[in-house]
Formats: sequence, C-alpha cells, structure tokens
Amino acid sequence: MPAFTPPPLPSDDKRWKIVNGTMRKNGFARHALIETLHTVQSSFGYLDDDAIRFVARSLRVPLSQAYGVVTFYHYFSLKPPGKHTVTVCAGTACYIKGADALIAAAEKRLGIAQGQTTKDGNISLMTARCVGACSRAPVVLSDGEVAGEASVEQVLEQLERWAVE
Amino acid sequence: MTVEELEQIAESVRLENAKYDHEIHVCMDLACASQGADKLRDELVKAAAAAGKNVLVRRTGCMGPCSSGPLVRVDPEETLYAHVKSKDAEVIVASLGSLPVPELQCDLSNHFDKQVRVVLENAGHIDPEKIDEYIASDGYKALMTALIEMTPAGVIHRITESRLRGRGGGGYPTGLKWSTVAKASGDQKYVVCNGDEGDPGAFMDRSVMEGDPHRVIEGMALAAYGVGANKGFIYVRAEYPVAVARLTMAIREARRRGLLGSNIGGTTFNFDVEIRLGAGAFVCGEETALLASIEGRRGTPKPRPPYPAVSGLWGKPTLINNVETYANIAPIIRNGGKWFADMGSERSKGTKVFALTGKIKNTGLVEVPMGIKLREIIEEIGGGVPDGHTFKAVQTGGPSGGCIPAEMLDVGVSYDALMAMGSIMGSGGMIVMDDTSCMVNVARFFIEFCMTESCGKCIPCRAGTAQMHTLLSKICSGDATLDDLELLEDLCSTVKEASLCGLGQTAPNPVLSTLKYFRNEYIEHIVHKRCPAGVCTMKPQEVLA
Repeated sequence: MPAFTPPPLPSDDKRWKIVNGTMRKNGFARHALIETLHTVQSSFGYLDDDAIRFVARSLRVPLSQAYGVVTFYHYFSLKPPGKHTVTVCAGTACYIKGADALIAAAEKRLGIAQGQTTKDGNISLMTARCVGACSRAPVVLSDGEVAGEASVEQVLEQLERWAVE
Repeated sequence: MTVEELEQIAESVRLENAKYDHEIHVCMDLACASQGADKLRDELVKAAAAAGKNVLVRRTGCMGPCSSGPLVRVDPEETLYAHVKSKDAEVIVASLGSLPVPELQCDLSNHFDKQVRVVLENAGHIDPEKIDEYIASDGYKALMTALIEMTPAGVIHRITESRLRGRGGGGYPTGLKWSTVAKASGDQKYVVCNGDEGDPGAFMDRSVMEGDPHRVIEGMALAAYGVGANKGFIYVRAEYPVAVARLTMAIREARRRGLLGSNIGGTTFNFDVEIRLGAGAFVCGEETALLASIEGRRGTPKPRPPYPAVSGLWGKPTLINNVETYANIAPIIRNGGKWFADMGSERSKGTKVFALTGKIKNTGLVEVPMGIKLREIIEEIGGGVPDGHTFKAVQTGGPSGGCIPAEMLDVGVSYDALMAMGSIMGSGGMIVMDDTSCMVNVARFFIEFCMTESCGKCIPCRAGTAQMHTLLSKICSGDATLDDLELLEDLCSTVKEASLCGLGQTAPNPVLSTLKYFRNEYIEHIVHKRCPAGVCTMKPQEVLA
C-alpha cells in the first residue's frame, strides 16, 4: 500500500501552515479532527467549505463525518464573525440575574437575533452557555473581555462605541 | 526526582520567600481579573519598588468570596482587603509593617469559619504558574511516596478506605471504579479527567484547573499508577482558555521536572498527559460521549454496559473521573484514607466545593464538609439574600438537578439527601433564587437548555424535551390548561425512564422538583393566568361578558 500523502494546502495563505502543523503534530491521526478544527477556527475565525474539505481529506475522515462534527458542536461556526462580537452569558446564574433583558436590548438595538451578525458585518451578537464567571452575573463579553454585573446601559453604550468607529 | 529532591526544591522556595518581609497575594481568578486585578498587581509591584520595601507580590488562584473582589491578602498578618482598586496600591504598601488599612479591610470570618479546605487548600496561596510553589506546599510528595513505598493495590486501597465518591455528581465510589479498571485486562489503559464543566452556574472545576493545575495532574498520575495506565487525557471546555493555558504550562513544567514522562522518580512507571479541547456540547460531560469526543467524533453517548472501565477510549479500559475527584487524591494519599473518611457525613465523606451564585450576598467559591446544612451555606457562609428580598429556592445540580425550597434548608448536604429531595449533588453549582424568580420560568429555562443540548440520538430525550418545552412555554404565557399539566407530568416520567443517558434521564428533574415544591405557582399560571413573581408575560385574556 502506498504511503499516504496529505493533500496540498488550499492556498499559500500562511494560516494553512498552522492548520497543517496541528495535524502533523498529531501524526495526521483521525482523532485529531476536533483539535484541527479548533486551529482552523482560531486562525480563520470560522470554518468554510474549503477548510472542512481540506481537513477531512488530510485526516482521511469522510466529509460527512467532518461536517457532522462541525455542526454538532456549538463552538464551531460556519459563518464569519463580525468585526466585533458581543457575547451575553446565558448560564443559570446570569439568567436569574436578568441576562435575557440584556439579550433583548442588544437584539433591539442591532436589529438582529442572537447568533446573527449585522448586515454591515460590524457586530455579532452571541450567547454563551456559561463562561464560568457566575459570581459576577450577569456577564457580558465584549470582544472576549469579561465584564461582570453588566447593565443594559453598559451593553448599549458598548454597541454605540462600536457603531461609530 | 525523589522525595529528597522535592524537599530540596521546597526548601529553596522557602528560603526565597524568607527574603521578603511581606507577601501580598492578589487573586487573579476570572471574577477579580475582570475587575482589573492585573493592573492592580502591576501597581502593587511599582508601589513596593517606589517605597523601597521588600515585598513579594504574588498572583494566586481564586480566594473564594468573588463578590468582594478584587481581593488582596497581606501575609503573614493574613489581612484581607476587598474591592481593591489599582489606586489603593500605594496605601496598602505604605501600611505594611504597621496597622492595616481600615477602609479596605473586610471581615469575612462568617464566610470562612465553617469552610474546610482540602481541594482548595492551595487556592489563593500559590502562584498557579510556578511548579516549585506547588512542590513547596507538599506537591507531588504523594506521587513520589506512592511510587516508592506503595503498591498500585495499596494506592487503590487507600482511596477505597477514604470512601471518596465521584465529585462529578454521580457519586460513584471512586475506589470501586479504580479497582474495576485495575482488574480489567489489557496492556493499554487510559485515565481521563473530565473537565467539561458544562453545567451552567458552576465554575469550581475551572477555578481548580486555573488556580492549582498541578493538583489535578498529580491526582491523575496517582490514578494511572493505581490502575496501570500510562496515558492520560484532560478534556477541558474550549470556553475556559485560561484553564487550558495553565494546564498546558503545568504539563510542560511537570515533564521538565521529570514528574511526567518515562521512568518517573527512577521507577518503571511511565505516564504522560495530553489536553483535549471540548467544543461546546453539554452532553460531553457524559462519560461515553466525552470519550467519543476525545476520539474526534460527535459527542453522542453509548448504552452501558460495557462501561468505560472495561471498554473505553479506543476500546481500552479507561478510568474517568472529574477534576474535583482528582484534586482530592493527593491529600488522601498524603494524609491517609481514615483522615478523609473522618470528615463528612455517614455515606458522603470529605468536603465538597460549591459555586455559590445567584441572589446571595457573598457569591463565590466555598468548600464545606459534607453534611453541613444548606441553611449554614446560604445564611452564614453566603450571608443570605440581599436587598430585603426573601429566599425562595436553591438550585443544585444544574440542568440535571432540582430546586430546594426554604422548608428543606435544614437538611445536611450529601449525595443521598439531595437525591431524596428530588435534586442531585451535581458538580457543585448552587444558585440561590429569591421572590423575584418564577419557578415555572426557571423550569422552562432548564428544559430549553436540555432541549438544545440533547444530542438527538434517542427519541425520548430529543422529542420529549421539545414537547416539555412547548408545554412549559404554554404555561408561562397563560395558554395552558390543567390537562397540559397532567401531560407534562406524564412526559416527565417517560423521558426519565426511557432516555439513553444521564442528560435525558435527569432532564425532567427541574420540572419535577418545582412541581413538587412549587405546584401552586403552576396552578396560578394555569388557572388564574397570573405569574406570582411577575416574571412571565401573560397573554391578555378575553374578558367574559
């Protein structure tokens, strides 16, 4: 049986080398699928068709299985994120302390539903299952920065700042 | 590495620390860090240099009372300062060697007095990124002693003797699980650490992994020695980037010190650990789903038996324990099984870490001996419900648990007592609700969670949770009839009895427990079309002419 040669990189974008590096580190083993998809998402921000195809071929995983994994886990996104992302934690402690009011206010201000990005690609509104900062509920992440005991005013203020940038 | 070499490292850390007149500890856990603890630490270092004082400023893991953060503790006086801002750095440094700063000082003795720290013994005391500080707090001593002086069977015997039960929530006796894996045949075995803390409202495991990562690694290494494994995996949520970074660093440091790798401590024992990232699926906390995820597949559970202890990762015998379970191992090996078994209640031994959150004054991380009354945790340690509201319920066990009402607060915390009340111990989330929370709405929140997190493999869970959610939504909007309530109860028992894994089997618990203790709220919604807590928006009713 001829030795397996991984497919060529989809383009000369340097980020593919990082992705390839993760797979090489794991000896192109099938179980590295989730690890590799994590690398793709952290490098490119999301997973597009080309990326899923490339990873599936490199790891010799059926495309259906790779796509199945991508859609199964909440963490993976098939759509590019906005320039900024506001994430409202919707864990139990945050919910008890009024996270739904924060989500509703942000939805109203941006004119989009949670999980969507504004048409101009500027802001994505996401919810998180729990970021583990429950003692400071309700928690909002603005581009990954954690703010505890968040109020509707604070969230709207942040959105305003991003809008005028 | 030998016990003597560990002692030498510990001694050099002690000598190094003795060079300083004062030690200032800054809590850098998520809650404090989100309020500028990073900058505060820099300011303290700067202020100390400017004042020409000989001070060690140390970053630590979670100190516990997060609601008083950012927290700073000055040793050896053990003065605790709350809500410290970076502008306070100079005042704190100036006070060293004389009287503490009264405006910043906080008295949390009620909060700390009833706590017993085993799992969190190092939290708030050591720098999690420095392996030598862990070693100086008796770290890796248990592993080295066990490798030299104890047989694998001896290690398991000590764990069995301690009567430790799984801290992930199930409460399965740890010693029994270990001996099953040890007895399983096969030349390749694995140990896995479940750090997929998916239960919303719980963050104990995050704090342990971030604040004392070596403790988890040492526990896993001891387990591997006991059951005969040479490879371990820590499965961590991708939502915990700091935990991932700390564990990665800890593993590297442990390898460098020869505490992981080949021929550990000059013996024939080999063990290494790899980190695997979760990707946001609650069901992956279930052990067979977690194993599928480590193998790079969708995290869907499998029917048991065969249990992972016999056929787990890639079909090999696999030991799976939770972060907190592993965190208990080293102290048990060091202090003996009896020491541990002396703590706690009749059938639940040792301590339990809880993440106390919600409508309570002192939110944060607490570690209490098993058997302590819920009332003591909430009213004394937690300081009660703030803002003049009254306590309504405490939710334990997350989406698999239940709501416990005020009249049950004098029950001691144990696996069995919580189960008898219709909740579960769970991983340790404890969310306090006051009179502004609607229990029907809370039940709907949890069912919505389970509905979206259901992996879809078995129908009772996939379709059942969706139907339950529809019924609960109807109740919340005032559209339901008493027949719907009956249907809901019927569905609860179907989903509970017929689901494949723990997620489905326990999904009805929040509904069942609120129905048991707060049935009147359901009736109010259905019959009188009103929400007693004023949370649910009822559809306007037609007025009868």
